[in-house]
Amino acid sequence: MSVKPHIRVSSVNKIFSTGGREVFALENINLDVQPGEFICLLGPSGCGKSTLLNAIAGFSFPTSGTITVDEKPVQEPGPDRGMVFQEYALFPWMTVEKNIAFGLEIKKLPKETIRDKVDALLIMLNLQDFRERYPKDLSGGMRQRVAIARVLALDSPIMLMDEPFGALDSLTRRNLQDELLRIWIEFKKTIIFVTHSIEESIYLADRIIVMTYRPGRIKKEVSVTIPRQRDPSSIQFNELKKELSFLVMEEQSRSHEAQVKSSTAD
Amino acid sequence: MPIALLALWQFLSSHAIVNPQILPSPTTVIAKWWEYLLPTEAFDAAHSSYLAWLFSGEMIRDAYASLYRVVVGFFIGGVLALPLGLMMGANDRVYKLFNPLIQILRPIPPIAFIPLSILWFGLGNPPAIFLIVLGAFFPILMNTIAGVRHVDSIYIRAARSLGANQRTMFLRVMLPAATPYILTGARIGVGTAFIVVIVAEMIAVNNGLGYRILEAREFFWSDKIIAGMFTIGLLGLAIDTGMNRLNNYLLKWHRGIESK
Repeated sequence: MSVKPHIRVSSVNKIFSTGGREVFALENINLDVQPGEFICLLGPSGCGKSTLLNAIAGFSFPTSGTITVDEKPVQEPGPDRGMVFQEYALFPWMTVEKNIAFGLEIKKLPKETIRDKVDALLIMLNLQDFRERYPKDLSGGMRQRVAIARVLALDSPIMLMDEPFGALDSLTRRNLQDELLRIWIEFKKTIIFVTHSIEESIYLADRIIVMTYRPGRIKKEVSVTIPRQRDPSSIQFNELKKELSFLVMEEQSRSHEAQVKSSTAD
Repeated sequence: MPIALLALWQFLSSHAIVNPQILPSPTTVIAKWWEYLLPTEAFDAAHSSYLAWLFSGEMIRDAYASLYRVVVGFFIGGVLALPLGLMMGANDRVYKLFNPLIQILRPIPPIAFIPLSILWFGLGNPPAIFLIVLGAFFPILMNTIAGVRHVDSIYIRAARSLGANQRTMFLRVMLPAATPYILTGARIGVGTAFIVVIVAEMIAVNNGLGYRILEAREFFWSDKIIAGMFTIGLLGLAIDTGMNRLNNYLLKWHRGIESK
C-alpha cells in the first residue's frame, strides 16, 4: 500500500441489448478518481451508476473504453477493490466472525493474525456482542456493519459501495454514514459510493458525479467544499441540495417519461 | 381421534362383528407385538450377555436388518449422487453430458428394477441394497443440482470480490448455499429408500421387516402382519425424526428455521 491507487475511467461505453433494442447504459464516461477521494455517483435508478461501479469492480466489462487502477487494467474482481452491496451479501451460513475472517482465510494468514484483526474490527464497528451470531439474527444496520468490516479486513485501498445504506431507516443511516466517514479518514480509503439520495451524497462526498438517464452520461461534476462535519440544516448544504435536486429531477422526469412511453407502446 | 379409532377397532373385533382372522383386536396385536419384540429363548448367562440376549428378539433382528440395508444403500446412493450433482450443477458441460441419461432413468420407479437386480445380483442383500441405492440416488441428485443452480449470484459476486478461488468458492460458498436443497433431497431419498427396502425384502431376501409381514401372511397371522406394519411405521418415524434433527442442526443459520 505504498502507492495510493488512482482510478481512471476513460471513454467507457457500455451497451446492453434488450429485446433487439440497444441501450446505452454508459456513454463516453471519463472519470479520474484521486487517491483518498470520496466520490458519490448520483442519479435516478437506471442511470447507469451501478453499471459503472460494477465495471470498476470487475464484475462486468465495458463495451469499449478502459478502466485502470494504478495504470493496470481492471480484468476481474479482486480484494484490492472491496465491494459493499445494498443487499449486504453476507454469507448466511457463517457467523459474524467467520464472515469477517473469510477474506483473510483466503489469503491464508496465520490464525492468530486473523483473530487479532477480527477482534479489532468487531470492536471498531461495535459488533463485539454479535461475534457468534448468524446474519439472520442481525438488524439491517448490523448486517451492513459486518459487510463493511469484511471489506476492511482485507485492507483494500479502494471501497466500492452500491447504495449500501439504501435499505436502512434514516437514523441507522446517519449513524453508519458517520461511521463510514470516520473509517474513511482513519484508513485513508478511496471510496466510490453509489446513491440516489442527494442529501447522502452531499453529506459524504468530496465530489459528486451526477449522471443522466439513458444514455448514462456524466451530466455534471460538483465538488463539495463544505467542511466536515457537515450540517444538513446549514445554508450552504441546502443551496447545494437545491442545485442538485434540479439536476436530478430533470433526469428523474426523463426516466419517468421513458417508462410511460414504453408502457404505452406495449 | 386416534383413540376413537382404536376404540372402534376394539369394539368391532371384540363383538365378533368382523372376523378376528381378518382384523384381530388391538389388544391381540399389542400382545403379538410384545412377543415379537421379546427374545425367543430364555436368558442363558452361559451363552450371551444380558444385553445381547435382550436384543435377540425377532423384531429387533428384523428391524436391524432393514435399517442396515437402508443405511448402506442410502450412504452409497448419497456418495454417488452428491459429487455428481455438485458437478452437474456447477458445470454446464458436465450437466449436458449426464442429463439425457438421467432423464431416461429417473422416471423408472426403483421397484421396476427388481427383476433386473435379482438377475444381476441374485438373492440376498446385494439386490436389495442396489434398489435402495437407486431409490436414494435420484432425489439427492436432482436436489443437489437444483441447489447449486439456485445459489444466489450475490454470494458468488461477494466471494469473488473477496478473492475466493474456484476451490474456496465451491467448498465454502456453493456447497453451504446449496445445503438446504441437498438436505431436502436427502430427506426424500431416505423416505424412498425406506419404501424400497420393504418391497425389496418381500421379494429378494428372507429376513427384515418387509419379509416378516409377507411371511406372516402365508400363515394367516394377521396380528403379526399388523404388528410388523406398526414396527415399520415406528422405524420410519424414527428415521424421519433423525433426519429432521440433522436438518435443524446443519441449517441453524437458515432464516426459515427457528431453534426449537
